[in-house]
Amino acid sequence: MNYRMVSYILLWVVKVEGLFLFLPVLIGLIYREYQQTVIFLICAVIYCAIGFIGTHFKPKNTRIFQKEGFVAVALSWIVISIFGALPFVITKEIPNFIDALFEIVSGFTTTGSSILTDVEALSHVCLFWRSFSHWLGGMGVLVFALMLFPAKDGSHMYLMRAESPGPDVSKFVPRVKDTAIILYKIYLVLTIAEILILLFSGMHWFDTLCISMGTAGTGGFSILATGCATYTAVQQWVITIFMILFGVNFSFYYFILCKKAGLALKMEEVRAYIGIIIAAVAVISVNILSIYDNIGEAVRHAAFQVGSIITTTGYATTDFNLWPALSKTILVVLMFIGACAGSTGGGLKVSRIVIMMRTVKREIYRTINPRRVKTVQMDGKTVSDAQRHSVSVYISAYFLVFFISFIVVSIDGFSMESNFTAVASAINNIGPGLDMVGPMGSFAAYGAISKLVLTFDMLAGRLEILPMLILLSPSLWKRRA
Amino acid sequence: MQIVIVGCGKVGRYLVRELSEENHDITIVDLDSDSVRNTALEYDVMGVEGNGTSYTTLEEAGIKTADILIAVTQSDEVNLLCCFMVKKEKCKTIARVRNPIYSAESEIFKQELGISMIINPEREGAAEMLRLLQFPSAVDIGSFAKGKIDLLSFRVNKNSILAGRKVKDLTELQKYQMLICIVERGKEVYIPNGDFVIEESDIVSFIAHPGNASRIFRELGIFTNAVKSAIIIGMGQTGYYLAEMMIEAGMKVKVIDIDKKRCEEIAMDIPGADVIYGDGSDVKLLDEEHIEMMDACICSTNIDEENIIISLYAREKVRKKVVTKISHLEFNNVIQSLNLDSVVNPKETTAESILLYVRAMSNTTGSNVQTLYRLKDDSVEAIEFIVHKESELIGIQLKDMKLKDGVLIAGIMRNDKLIIPGGTDSFEADDSVVIATINKGFLKLEDILER
Repeated sequence: MNYRMVSYILLWVVKVEGLFLFLPVLIGLIYREYQQTVIFLICAVIYCAIGFIGTHFKPKNTRIFQKEGFVAVALSWIVISIFGALPFVITKEIPNFIDALFEIVSGFTTTGSSILTDVEALSHVCLFWRSFSHWLGGMGVLVFALMLFPAKDGSHMYLMRAESPGPDVSKFVPRVKDTAIILYKIYLVLTIAEILILLFSGMHWFDTLCISMGTAGTGGFSILATGCATYTAVQQWVITIFMILFGVNFSFYYFILCKKAGLALKMEEVRAYIGIIIAAVAVISVNILSIYDNIGEAVRHAAFQVGSIITTTGYATTDFNLWPALSKTILVVLMFIGACAGSTGGGLKVSRIVIMMRTVKREIYRTINPRRVKTVQMDGKTVSDAQRHSVSVYISAYFLVFFISFIVVSIDGFSMESNFTAVASAINNIGPGLDMVGPMGSFAAYGAISKLVLTFDMLAGRLEILPMLILLSPSLWKRRA
Repeated sequence: MQIVIVGCGKVGRYLVRELSEENHDITIVDLDSDSVRNTALEYDVMGVEGNGTSYTTLEEAGIKTADILIAVTQSDEVNLLCCFMVKKEKCKTIARVRNPIYSAESEIFKQELGISMIINPEREGAAEMLRLLQFPSAVDIGSFAKGKIDLLSFRVNKNSILAGRKVKDLTELQKYQMLICIVERGKEVYIPNGDFVIEESDIVSFIAHPGNASRIFRELGIFTNAVKSAIIIGMGQTGYYLAEMMIEAGMKVKVIDIDKKRCEEIAMDIPGADVIYGDGSDVKLLDEEHIEMMDACICSTNIDEENIIISLYAREKVRKKVVTKISHLEFNNVIQSLNLDSVVNPKETTAESILLYVRAMSNTTGSNVQTLYRLKDDSVEAIEFIVHKESELIGIQLKDMKLKDGVLIAGIMRNDKLIIPGGTDSFEADDSVVIATINKGFLKLEDILER
């Protein structure tokens, strides 16, 4: 394995993180939280120093292959999480390292689960860094680094493939670097659009920033104890719409940009995604009608919660713990479905569900008519055996990790509903679960081991399971592997 | 520029490697999903799986905005059809066509089908071989500025007047407008300055006007007469074209092929050739045919290994020149270490011709690469640039330029005259400038400056 190049990539990531740490420093200066600001500043300077000195010497052999790509991505995420957690520990805002790690991993993986019992006690610097980590993690830190990378050979594609959510990564344009730039441009424009609309609706600028970044990355850290319940109905609708927009495959926006709206509207994944949302909102609205004053309010809460859960954001305007069982069950199912591939959301991804369903349908058909030949299609193209195979492998690995974690987390002795949804929310990068870890609760009560397991699940879920499992594979670390 | 390459074979991949390094946006199209995927992963390019003759596939590959379509699949018909499909688009088209029947009609294709360039690998390879045979003392010949500057390489032998002397002391060569720009010694490569001492068995490359080359070789004490008789082993397409060309050039040709039917065909088509039916790798046969009486031996069977073995044997026997045809592109360093005389790779030659065309097209925007040669396992490059009229380098005397290490300005071609540059010379617009360098990745002339 090309260790030298892997560490070079890691140093690049540290450098990028160091540069981004200057942003919370700016917020700190505005809010005059000098004590915390100084610590963030020192961290930023040290990370930059490590990064810039480390990346000054480029390795001679820059060739990496699939293996190095996966390892570099998995390690990068661990490294940025550890470096990102340090400011929380040093400022003593989250004094326990494991808690701080949980919090920042929850941030970078755009989960949004918190171990904080009182969010509002945190300084603005830390709040900003937490929410900013969503924005960075949503599109991917390495994808960002790829834009700055002196890109020459195609090996960067391995990095992009390992970091981007979804079963198959397609480039928009021939060069990885240009694709990364297009992705970030779409991302930035959508984020700024949300910030402007929310500002216009009269939200405080700090809330606007944090909420928009949380929406963009489909993260879900809120900065108020009440979640998003305090915001006005209009603001909640704006957030709902943007959450759903960020859960759409970014190819959709690229097609529209290229004036190929026809292609965009034909994307079966996006159609299925919108269909699921509409169906879920309709059923839940009827189911919860009796709890709220009028239909408008019921639909608003239903739409917000459905949008929040299916895109794996995790904001809440109401405590859905108190909803009837049918609505809660629908939300749990949505947790597993997740957003579209190629978006910032997590979960199993709508495209995988569509492929899986069609495969099942074909198998049924084949059992009835053994001699019929039928292919599984998606977007007018035949899904190859390799693709279907990778979907089944992914789902198997996903549930393997899921159930092992479920068992380990259960050791702590909380209710099964809490444990099940805690693991589901971690591995799908959602945020809240049900019962104890519901939208108004927190993960604080879990023990250290459970928190570490959940931290691993969040990373595994964000990086599509395999990179993290590869790290654990002994054959990787053998010299002659 | 945006380039679509149809066909992911050896030539296709070679083009992808070179062109992606020169910052072009490339999309590859191939039927085989594995080779598309692997190429797209190895190089920074986009892959489209599908049939290149289908317009839908080409559209997906971005043909509407592309500048060039290069069709290099196995099949001539597919290549021609590909180019024909996009006749309506504004992009230029290049097709590889190897069947001699089509090749003879290339003018019709160009006019009727609107194809910009038809290239035949075997013919290109044969032409390159012929050039080497006409100049047997050179190990390698490359030409710049549309053939007005040659880069010639030769091996310094024991009794050469060069051995053991400093470059600046070679006063007898100064009248010839030449410049020694690259010296290969064992595994090392040097860009020599005046104090560099040339040793025995170095391979020296110099820039010169083609007309002067034979006089320079004579001054160096190396015989330069063109080959008069040769034996060609293996009569594939390349051998066929070569035999034809050599006879036209007035050389005596003996050809050997293992296939009786092929021998009969050749005997019919090329009456001037002495056709022998037999196994070219049979030493007895070669001796029987008096290989030691020949000036040159060309090994052009379809099997690289056989060509190499026969060449190594022939090197000891023939008087002037051994040319080896190689089809593999990846084992360059191994092949170079074998001490063969001259190696010709028709696939590489084809790719280089296409590159020449592509580079010329992209030169409208700046002082970009026009021609590029790689020597010695790709560690040294000789590059020709055309000076763009807005270049910042125009008018600066060479002695005032701060060049990067390992860069030598070897020649300037102005109004068809070769200038061997000194400190007081400077560039002018539309000059062809040849530089030799051990730094890699120069994309435009301005890159030679230390910044």
